Amino acid sequence: MAKETTPEELVNVDYEAPKKDWTETPVEFREGMYCYGSRPVYLQEVGFPNPREWSPADEDWKLPENWKEIVLTAMEERLSKYRSFRVFMDICVRCGACADKCHFYIGSGDPKNMPVLRAELIRSIYRKYFTIGGKLLGKRAGARELTEDVIKEWWYYFYQCTECRRCSVFCPYGIDQAEITMIGREILNLLGLQTDWIGGPVANCYKKGNHLGLEPHAITSNIEYLLDDIEEITGITIEPSFNRKGAEILFVTPSGDLFGDPGTYTAMGYLMLLHELGLDYTWSTYASEGGNFGFFTSMEMAKRLNYKIYAEAKRLGVKWILGGECGHMWRVLNQYMDTWNGPADFMEEPVSPITGTKFENAKSTKMVHICEFTADLIKHNKLKFDPSRNDHLNVTFHDSCNTARGMGIFDEPRFIIKNVCNNFFEMSSDATREKTFCCGSGSGLNAGENIELRMRGGMPRGHAVKRVQEKYGVNMLANICAIDRAVLPPLMDYWAPGVDVCGTHELLANALVMKGEIKRTQDLRLEDLPGVEDDDDDDDNNEEGGE
Amino acid sequence: MGIFFSFSVVVALTVIAFAGVWIPGMQYFFGVVIPYLAVLVFLVGVVLKVAKWGRSPVPFRIPTTCGQQQSLPWIKHSKYDNPQTTGQVIIRMVLEVFLFRSLFRNLRTEMNDGRVTYGSDKILWLAGLLFHISFFIVLIRHLRFFIEPVPSFINMIDALDGFVQVGVPHLLLTGVLLVAAGGYLLFRRINNSQVRHISLPADYFPLLLIIGIALSGIIMRYFVKVDIVSVKAFTLGLVSLRPRTPAGIGAIFYIHLFLISALLVYFPFSKLMHMGGVFLSPTRNLANNNREVRHVNPWNYDVKVHSYAAYEDEFREKMKEAGIPVEKE
Amino acid sequence: MKIYSLLAEKKPDVLKKWFALILETYPKETSSFLKSQNSQTRNPVTQAIYEGIEGIFNGLVHEDDEDKLNIYLDNVIRVRAIQDFSPSEAVSFIFSLKEVIRKELDKEICDPKMFKELLGLETRIDSLANSAFEIYMKCREKIYEIKANEMRNWTYRALHKTGFYKEVRTEE
Repeated sequence: MAKETTPEELVNVDYEAPKKDWTETPVEFREGMYCYGSRPVYLQEVGFPNPREWSPADEDWKLPENWKEIVLTAMEERLSKYRSFRVFMDICVRCGACADKCHFYIGSGDPKNMPVLRAELIRSIYRKYFTIGGKLLGKRAGARELTEDVIKEWWYYFYQCTECRRCSVFCPYGIDQAEITMIGREILNLLGLQTDWIGGPVANCYKKGNHLGLEPHAITSNIEYLLDDIEEITGITIEPSFNRKGAEILFVTPSGDLFGDPGTYTAMGYLMLLHELGLDYTWSTYASEGGNFGFFTSMEMAKRLNYKIYAEAKRLGVKWILGGECGHMWRVLNQYMDTWNGPADFMEEPVSPITGTKFENAKSTKMVHICEFTADLIKHNKLKFDPSRNDHLNVTFHDSCNTARGMGIFDEPRFIIKNVCNNFFEMSSDATREKTFCCGSGSGLNAGENIELRMRGGMPRGHAVKRVQEKYGVNMLANICAIDRAVLPPLMDYWAPGVDVCGTHELLANALVMKGEIKRTQDLRLEDLPGVEDDDDDDDNNEEGGE
Repeated sequence: MGIFFSFSVVVALTVIAFAGVWIPGMQYFFGVVIPYLAVLVFLVGVVLKVAKWGRSPVPFRIPTTCGQQQSLPWIKHSKYDNPQTTGQVIIRMVLEVFLFRSLFRNLRTEMNDGRVTYGSDKILWLAGLLFHISFFIVLIRHLRFFIEPVPSFINMIDALDGFVQVGVPHLLLTGVLLVAAGGYLLFRRINNSQVRHISLPADYFPLLLIIGIALSGIIMRYFVKVDIVSVKAFTLGLVSLRPRTPAGIGAIFYIHLFLISALLVYFPFSKLMHMGGVFLSPTRNLANNNREVRHVNPWNYDVKVHSYAAYEDEFREKMKEAGIPVEKE
Repeated sequence: MKIYSLLAEKKPDVLKKWFALILETYPKETSSFLKSQNSQTRNPVTQAIYEGIEGIFNGLVHEDDEDKLNIYLDNVIRVRAIQDFSPSEAVSFIFSLKEVIRKELDKEICDPKMFKELLGLETRIDSLANSAFEIYMKCREKIYEIKANEMRNWTYRALHKTGFYKEVRTEE
């Protein structure tokens, strides 16, 4: 800090933009802001190029000898294959409307985190090698040479973008930084520049069917473990089926929900709901991943991982597919799956067997979001609730970026929550729905080593929650995304301590009155329900129960 | 800095036109050759560029959804922010192109009474909209120089534009608005440190050029008056492809004409192509109906996958042990 | 005390100068973005800081108790704790308040009585710095705790995958 300068001098500072042009400020890798480089074994497993040991902190990234040629060829190919890429390279007028819409820019102030500048990182190369103006006028036309430093800069900043599309909402031409980031990462992948946190789940998912690498018996035993808890809470024994041929519905959800808390409570919610309905459905251990980390590497890899869902639906002969709560999973299912691996003409147009509702909006893809399915059930009075079991919760809802801006599922989860909870409060309208703020950890950035980046990126979300916490006493942040369930708890711990995180179907299952259930004294987390006397149990527990 | 470079170029262009017309014989060059060339470059350039965009495929349907999707019949669908049909997409595009819908959403983070709020920031939207609409009306008004007799709707627009009835000739509002809005956009580019940091010469140049064109037009209309009759004779000659060397029109007219020519030539190679590009933006011009109507990727290709058979081969024993059905015992 | 009422009068000036000094602690590239022409509030980072220092200043002048002051301190420090500052840089903004006040009350503190009052105020600012450092440490500890928790969860998952965790559970 400049102690020797007087305040007056500092106040009189002229608010000049940095004297240096942004192209001349080389990237500085700061600890806590980037993910580790991928282990070679992960890349080998799926056949990605240039597997080797490397670290982003190294001076030498061990790029292939002809890396420049690879990059330029890849750019050329993508310019001719994606109208989005070509148009987005050409038409930005740099109006700056996107600048302060990015959560990473808001949290860091680093100018290269402005979506427009993140795009210029690649646009400047486009101008240099693919436009007449750039070739002739060079720097005056905003063009620059492709060097290894540029590649490092791409890597640093394309992995500081969560592909949340918030900038695209405000852009007058709909320029979508997510699209540019995706193509940028795809090109980086051709040089073997993958992060370990994305590479691992991709390799796992390819061979074992899910990101966590759970083998078939581990999936069933995990679910059994959840079933034990459900039995303890409700007294009801549930026996779901796996890989069962002839089931009417295949259920696919992110594997994260089978493992980490609080995702597991959401998975318990699914199990309880689907059991209560007596739905003829099956889980699959082969298509045991709804999410798609391949989507954060390349379109091709995403397609390779996504293949399993339709393949398994076909093998098992189901009529349609029901999908669990997840963010990027639903962007992929909504905007890509049918195009990649369809047509799904071996299935039938989805119809709810309980209400008879036809899901017309899913008649080609044959995949229904569980919130659409459940909202329809509630509307038709097919479920019985005791919302007072959630009375100790003041709930707010976080729209996940992908389901918000790549699908538009806003009112279905809200409808469910309002039916199962008595205390629901919205955050500011500028931090919800299509203007929702990212958790800061999406698109494969939910690693452990970049925690500071994540806390920064999640600051706008954290502040928005803190405000409703102060105003309404909100203590529960509901969402419909497995990554949210994994990353929002630490985010809340930092920015709004005291706010817990849950999936929408956890709230539902807590309130759900099931046929033949015992009196509920615990919620799905095995915590005592406040105000409920535990009269089945011995007297020695009464003191805790009567809080 | 980009702005000085761009400013010098615009000044240079002005000087060239001003000096050029004094040279004997150059009037034909500046009055006829250059405008024809410019129009040619503009038309060919724009067509080629749009064709290039149009030819590039749209592999995926990726609209940015800014409202509630169409799902269950009783949930209110946000038709124009999350269109499901082509008709809805057209309305979304109309709102986008004519009213700058997305820019209208612009927010600014503010603090009121110690509370953090996100206030709306409509100035950019307003200035942008005024700039474009004024430009458009000014263009329409100029049709009077190219059509004889002047169609009544142009006279009507003129009358509306000059409704304040100030000065002789009547002050036309759009010309002033064009300069004012353009001036604000330029001011914002210089004044707002974020925008200044991202600005390139290619951002200042067209803005300065358009302001230059508007100013030269205003000067011509209100101050250094030129002979309108010979201007019209000259412009009619241009469009009827029987160009006559203009006589007796002041140098200011040549400056105006030359700057317009420069804009036309520059147009297809620059960000000004956003005019065409906005129509082709896949995040705006597609319906969010992927689950209802399959979108086909023209270059879709087969990829290497990990089949169920290979999966079962690897885990068969473990699956059997866990009671999971298998294909081959 | 007189110094407090004097400062209350000069609040806008003091805050403006203090705020400017804090923004100067950011790298040149970032700080010019955080500052904007007439409003200190364009960016949530600056909002949090401005809101925080205003609260701190009010608390000092109105002689609020420590708990109330700590809430405002927390606002500022929580942001700075994740922003590439060294520990001393992250909390040093407290000391720059002294500098601002001394300049602002340049003439008044020639009066020995006033000078004495200033010393009292500075002692309070010093103890504020102590609290600031404690809050900073809590924030950093929280970050490491989050990191450690994530590592633990992953170890737990790895154990679970191998079936080890299940055995432990059945014994329970």
